[in-house]
Amino acid sequence: MTALVFGKLALVFIFLATAGLIIYIINQKKTVYLWSYRLLVAGFSCLSLQIGCNYYELGVAPVLTFKSSLSFFAWTILGAYLVFQLKFRLMVLGSFIAPLVACLLIMSTAISGAEVTVKPMLRSFWLTVHVVASFVGNGIFALTFMAGIMYLSQERQIKKKTFGSLYARLPSLATLDSINHYSLIWGFSFLTIGIITGVIYAQYALGSYWQWDPKEVWSLITWLFYAALLHERLAVGWRGRRAALMAIIGFAVLSFTFVGASLWLSDYHSFRNLGGFAYQ
Amino acid sequence: MIHIVDMGVNHETAPVELRESLALYSESSEASVACITDLPWIKEGLFISTCNRVEALFTTENTQEAESSVVELLSQTRSVSAEDFLPHLFIHRDKDAVRHLLRVASSLDSMIVGEPQILGQIKDAYSKATRERTTGVILNRLMHRAFHTAKRVRTETGICDAAVSVSYAAVELAKKIFYDLRGKKVLLIGAGEMAELAARNLLSQGVTSVTVANRTFERAVDLARNFQGRPVAFEEIGLQLFEADIVISSTASPGYIITVEQVKKCFRKRRNNPLFFIDIAVPRDVEPQVNDLENAYVYDIDDLRGVVRINKAKRADEAFKAERIVEEEVIKFGKWLKTLAVVPTIVSLKEKGEAIRRAEIKKSIADLGSLSPEQMGVLESLTLSIVEKIFNDPIVFLKGKSERPHATVYLDMARKLFNLEPYDKEEEKHEHSGNDSKSQKAS
Repeated sequence: MTALVFGKLALVFIFLATAGLIIYIINQKKTVYLWSYRLLVAGFSCLSLQIGCNYYELGVAPVLTFKSSLSFFAWTILGAYLVFQLKFRLMVLGSFIAPLVACLLIMSTAISGAEVTVKPMLRSFWLTVHVVASFVGNGIFALTFMAGIMYLSQERQIKKKTFGSLYARLPSLATLDSINHYSLIWGFSFLTIGIITGVIYAQYALGSYWQWDPKEVWSLITWLFYAALLHERLAVGWRGRRAALMAIIGFAVLSFTFVGASLWLSDYHSFRNLGGFAYQ
Repeated sequence: MIHIVDMGVNHETAPVELRESLALYSESSEASVACITDLPWIKEGLFISTCNRVEALFTTENTQEAESSVVELLSQTRSVSAEDFLPHLFIHRDKDAVRHLLRVASSLDSMIVGEPQILGQIKDAYSKATRERTTGVILNRLMHRAFHTAKRVRTETGICDAAVSVSYAAVELAKKIFYDLRGKKVLLIGAGEMAELAARNLLSQGVTSVTVANRTFERAVDLARNFQGRPVAFEEIGLQLFEADIVISSTASPGYIITVEQVKKCFRKRRNNPLFFIDIAVPRDVEPQVNDLENAYVYDIDDLRGVVRINKAKRADEAFKAERIVEEEVIKFGKWLKTLAVVPTIVSLKEKGEAIRRAEIKKSIADLGSLSPEQMGVLESLTLSIVEKIFNDPIVFLKGKSERPHATVYLDMARKLFNLEPYDKEEEKHEHSGNDSKSQKAS
């Protein structure tokens, strides 16, 4: 019940913040940004409380249904953004991230929830770490993705020498590229932790490290893709346009792993088996 | 009735030679500022003198006389005959003068609209004037409104945002590519005014080193000394491309100095760090296809001029907004000035009340006998509040009417009703030219 109230509040705050950030990118008034930022922080806090309540009730991270996964994903993206905001102080990034978060939350509200029955084997420390680390990794990769889109847009304007209204509003190429760089490193670290703890948990709960479940396969593909990108960046010195493009493709693969592999392909990672769908 | 006059010459009305000969020399300017209020008819005044304008701003009751005396002052102190500059002289009065000053302060009247220096120059002129105590109630207020307007224009419009010269446009672009120019390296190939200016602007943004290459090594050495940079041989350019972040090129060479092959080769070694070419040369020095390479950005002189053109157009758009802000402030100041017109009447009303009060106390005090200090205090506050209450409504009424077109009718009426002495110009003039009242006002 409390969780529901916090969820609604979070929704209201984040929608207002999104509207504010969209107004900000148009009129560039700093006060508009400041208030939107505060609303965003308020929304994030409410969402955190909601997730905290759900965790307390269920005893596991609330990602058993597609509905709750989406809002958990939104929460990690928002959290990753707020942390990056502390380092980069890039106000315009919020105008790109907030709509994405709002979209995820709308989808989450629109999907009907289901009764959740928590299997006892899901109540495990390793599983919680597995889930949180994987989602935080995904959330940070969402930043990489958005920074990639912003980079491509800005680079195109500078190359083609046609300056649209976004040119003055977007930051420099170097800034966007360094967001790409940092978010890639951090996202990759969290994803790696997520996969390793998942493997440990699988051994502990299911008796085998790796079962070639479709979600596992696709996660591995995603991980390899980002590993390749990171290697190219650090060792070969990829940067700029190519790195931005790869970050965008990587996020597409990641989204498929997140949605497709969970809903249609998956075996024991699917929400049906997690107890998130009503048994038919 | 007091008038505000702004007269002088600027870059639109007068050629540069005339402006130069009228301009104040900085060492003598304080004396010249002081002498403006020595002129008969002028109550407050100051000079604004920059390379693009020489203007006198003053308040007076007789515009004709005051204006001709300023012309005389200018021609005497600058030894320019009045006939020479009279045809180039502009004169703005009252509302137009206010508007003109606000536009000048907001850099709407500048040769390059939006340039930021003019506000500082006007502030200097004003602080000189306050030191010499040549400004009073009206000009103090006006100058502060001008600074306020300039600030509004700067923050509420984008008039100062966009770079309107080729070299600044290059710096802006460099910032959009590199964000922070500190620690970046510039390679300057060839020489030329615009290229050197661009290099200098980049240096002022924190670029660490400038390397200079020239066909004649001697010239490179000379130029490098100017930038505290390092000269290199022309043949070394290929090697320098590994190091440099920004390449400014302006040679007279008929062919390309930097080719696609050369740049392509260097990117692996520089780990794809972006490379920004500013090609000011005509014909071009950098092969245009270099721009198609990843992380290489080439802007030639036409591209940069294109950026400047767009920025100028943007400024022109923003100027409309700025003019609206100026107009708002002109109206506000006009309102304040009108309230000023009722002040003398209100002052004489209060003086009359006070005079009556004093006279009556003096008359009665003898009959009252000896009073204790407390009783005296009661008597004072009693009479004070009676007078205050009687005059309160008329004063509120007059203040309320001050912005109406028929304010003078009400003022006359009030003077007749309360039998105040008629508005005596001679006496006022005398009072204002006295040094005491001036210093009071200036403070």
